[in-house]
Amino acid sequence: MGIASECITSDLPLRMVGGLTTGSIYALIALGYTLVYGVLRLINFAHSEVFAAGTFGGLITLNLIAGDGGNAFHLIVAAIPAILASAAVAVALERGAYRPLRRHGASRLSFLISAIGASLFMQSIYLIWRGRSFEQFPETIPIRPLIEIGRVQISTVDIIVFIAMIVMVVGLDFLVQRTRIGKGIRAVAQDAETASMMGVNIDRVVTWTFIIGGALAGVAALLWGLRFPTRFDVGFLPGIKAFTAAVLGGIGNIRGALLGGLTLGLIENVGAGCFGDAWKDVIAFTVLVLVLLFRPTGILGEDVVEGKA
Amino acid sequence: MRPLLALASVIAIIFAWAYGDSKVGGRVREFYDKREKWMFPVVFAAFFGVFALLTTFLDVAKLELGFLVGYNALLAMGLNVVVGYAGLLDLGYVAFFAVGAYTMAILSNAGPIQLPWDLGFWQILPLGIVIAMITGVILGGPTLRLRGDYLAIVTLGFGEIVRIVAQNLDGVTNGARGITGVENISMFGKSLGLDPKPYYLLTLFFIGVAAILIRSLNNSRVGRAWAAIREDEVAAEAMGVPTLKYKLWAFAIGAAVASVGGMVFAAKVTFIDPVSFHLIISIFILSAVVLGGLGSTAGVMVGAVLINVLPEMLRGLSKLGTIGDKLLDARFGIFGLVLVIMMIFRPEGIVPSRRRAAEMKGGAEETKGPTGGGLPAEPAPAGGDE
Repeated sequence: MGIASECITSDLPLRMVGGLTTGSIYALIALGYTLVYGVLRLINFAHSEVFAAGTFGGLITLNLIAGDGGNAFHLIVAAIPAILASAAVAVALERGAYRPLRRHGASRLSFLISAIGASLFMQSIYLIWRGRSFEQFPETIPIRPLIEIGRVQISTVDIIVFIAMIVMVVGLDFLVQRTRIGKGIRAVAQDAETASMMGVNIDRVVTWTFIIGGALAGVAALLWGLRFPTRFDVGFLPGIKAFTAAVLGGIGNIRGALLGGLTLGLIENVGAGCFGDAWKDVIAFTVLVLVLLFRPTGILGEDVVEGKA
Repeated sequence: MRPLLALASVIAIIFAWAYGDSKVGGRVREFYDKREKWMFPVVFAAFFGVFALLTTFLDVAKLELGFLVGYNALLAMGLNVVVGYAGLLDLGYVAFFAVGAYTMAILSNAGPIQLPWDLGFWQILPLGIVIAMITGVILGGPTLRLRGDYLAIVTLGFGEIVRIVAQNLDGVTNGARGITGVENISMFGKSLGLDPKPYYLLTLFFIGVAAILIRSLNNSRVGRAWAAIREDEVAAEAMGVPTLKYKLWAFAIGAAVASVGGMVFAAKVTFIDPVSFHLIISIFILSAVVLGGLGSTAGVMVGAVLINVLPEMLRGLSKLGTIGDKLLDARFGIFGLVLVIMMIFRPEGIVPSRRRAAEMKGGAEETKGPTGGGLPAEPAPAGGDE
């Protein structure tokens, strides 16, 4: 009784706005999981470190160019190093931790353990480099309410995050559907062996997949920085929640990642309103467990080729 | 200089194992395997005799480390049943360790809840084992229908849920402040107090019991079912192996072993808080199992020694000043790197189980496609039972 009435307070719309904003970031990270899964049938457990690399790329650039207050222009400039850092780490992961295993056709368990190892390794590199404390990003976009409808406040940050996410997803759709490399990705996702016989260079497609996934994570990282600080293990929670989002929507499915990210953001934020913020992560993990138990293929099902972006 | 020398010697040992066992090690193994029936008790007694005798030489600090290695070895043995024997990747294994530790703390009336009776370590021990096994079955019942990566991520989720619940349930677990003043173990009417020696020996005893139980299980019908499930679940199911039942057994036994570790830990350290049960512990134990050799009891013990003693040796690096401190921060990274390298060059571990080694190498030949192997082996059904 108490819980139900607390849920439906005037906070609800406010929490939904917050949910869509974090959900957008989850969606962008989730796309990285989904793309790699589509091509390699492999869950890239180290994707959280790819995201973390992006936060550091963005942070360092913003500290340099906008140390004491910046604007939207600085943010756009910082996107470039964030994307580059994430993409570079993603490719390094593929080269270092996955490709050697693919070469000798290792078992799935080996891939997973290798990914966990690579993740630990990257985290300790961040730790040695940046230390243990949280680092706040210099302010570029003020978190001031822009639109107010009654008690619902929508800030500039919320709008920018949402729009950036939509732009990236539309761009990804174009990339996957219209370009040569996208054709390669779809071909390998559908049937790797046949694709390679038709002359698709699988290693190249895989590298590109990691680059694209990394770039999306880099953008997500920069958007993360508008609200939250970063440190060496920043990737863990958003990483696992984005994975949840990918599974929720249907892993391997691009539209699914988008839908899953937004849904998870909403559930988590609204749920936190009901049970308290301390239970937020439990809510997300419970969603993950329930989805895997009752509909392991996710809301939209698991399909890169059919489920067009 | 000493830590570096020690490190170098350990690395030398690793490489000796890695490359020596092709010839000399192979012969030793063959010798052992042929006479397994009577060799096992001899090796077993020698092993525990040596480790028990160590107590006469080691000082308190070394014995503390010995206890740390001991309960980690116990956990690694339990996880080995789940991952090594049944082939189920459990990333939330620390949850059962937590269940054991909290059971000990709460039932011994150290927590905020006061129970009307007064139980000691030995009364709580069987209760804790049963509670952990039930938890294992409750968590495993629904999740074990999933496969591979999905099982890994669900167990990871459960592990985190257990930790966060422990952190939030103030009235039962004292939340983030943790529970202090857990009663030490009493034996023959006397409290063991803070001296690490009896705890070390007790852990050694539990390792011995677990080793014998796990060994006989593995040599029985249950063990054969686990091997069948691990190698090909669909085929096992088709041959009439009740796969879910045996997977639950593996989960429950792994949980029981971990809970014993947790109970001894709680009673020795007398203080537990949610931070002691972080995800990193699960990964740590998994590293020990993988490093040592999946499915090989001797292997996982070697792994447990390595992952605990190596960082302890690296601790000496702090004498090197700033660079030393940085290297200290890097020790988890070094594990990570070792895991990746092991997976590339020697996925079967330092002291491999024969069967696992054959499996992990065998797959390689078949899946090498014309493209040089584009995909991981067995692009298996992604989740769910069909």
